Amino acid sequence: MIIGLGHYLFVAAVLFTMGVLGIFLNRKNVIVILMCVELMLLAVNINLVSFSVFQGNVVGQVFAMLVLTVAAAEAAIGLAILVVYFRNRGTIEVEDINAMKG
Amino acid sequence: MILQALAFYVFAFVVMASGAMVVVSRNPVYSVLFLILAFFNAAALFLLIGAEFIAMILVIVYVGAVAVLFLFVVMMLDINLTELREGFLKYLPIGALIGVILFAEILFGLGVIGSDSGTLASLAKGGPKVLPIDNTRAIGRVLYTQYFYLFQVSGLVLLVAMIGAIVLTLRSRPGVRRQRIDDQLYRPVGEAVTVVKVPTGEGV
Repeated sequence: MIIGLGHYLFVAAVLFTMGVLGIFLNRKNVIVILMCVELMLLAVNINLVSFSVFQGNVVGQVFAMLVLTVAAAEAAIGLAILVVYFRNRGTIEVEDINAMKG
Repeated sequence: MILQALAFYVFAFVVMASGAMVVVSRNPVYSVLFLILAFFNAAALFLLIGAEFIAMILVIVYVGAVAVLFLFVVMMLDINLTELREGFLKYLPIGALIGVILFAEILFGLGVIGSDSGTLASLAKGGPKVLPIDNTRAIGRVLYTQYFYLFQVSGLVLLVAMIGAIVLTLRSRPGVRRQRIDDQLYRPVGEAVTVVKVPTGEGV
C-alpha cells in the first residue's frame, strides 16, 4: 500500500471542492466565505507541495510559501474591511453589500 | 510503510472532515476552530510527504496568525447567528450541483494525468524523490539566490497589507480627550500665565 501522488491530489481536490461549495452555501456570512477561500488556498498548497516533492524540485515549495504570504495579506485586509463594514452598517450580510451598485 | 499509509489516511480523513465542518457548522467560532484543525492536519500531511519547512510555516503563520485573527474578528463582531443561516438550504441544490460538477472535472483531469504516459504519469509512478540535503536547506538555497527578488516583493506585499489594515481600521473618534504634548509645549506664554496686579488690601 504505497501512498502516491494521486492520493494527495485527491485530498486537495476534495478540499477545493468544499471551499467552492462553502462559498455557495454561506451566501450571507462573509467570515465563513473568507475561511472557505483559505481552505481553497490550502488545497492549492497541497497540490503545489506534493507535485514539488514528487518531482524532486524544491521550487514548488517556494511558490507555496509565496501563496501563503498572499493568503495572509488577503485575510488581514479582508477582515479589516469586514470590521469597518460592521462598524458602519451593524451587520455582515453579503446580500446587503450593494451600496456601490449603480 | 504500512504505518505511513495508515497515518496518511487518518490525517487526510481529518482534513477533509474538518473542511466539511468549516462549511456546514452553525456557529462561525466552531468554523474557525475546525479550520485550525484542518491546518494542523494538512501540516501533518506535509510532514509525511517530507516538506517539513512548509509544514512548520503552515502551523506558525496560519494557526498562529491568520486563524487567531479570524477568531478575534468572529468574537469581536456581534453577529446574529440565525439570520446568517437563512440562505443555506435555498442555495443547497445549485451549490451541490456545481460542487459535484467541479469535483468530477477535477477527478477527470487527474484520471487523464494518471492514464497518460507523459511526464506527469511517470512523475506519479516514481514515488517521492529524496533530496540529498534536508528540506529547509534546499529551500533556503533556492529562495535566497534565485528567487531573492520574489522574496523581497512578498515582504513588500505584507507591508502594504499591514499599512492597509491599519489605515482601514484606524479612526479618530470625536469627543475623546487625550493628552497632546506638542500642543502643551507650544502654547504661548500669554495664554498660559496672566499677571494680575492686586491692589493692596483688596482681593483679586
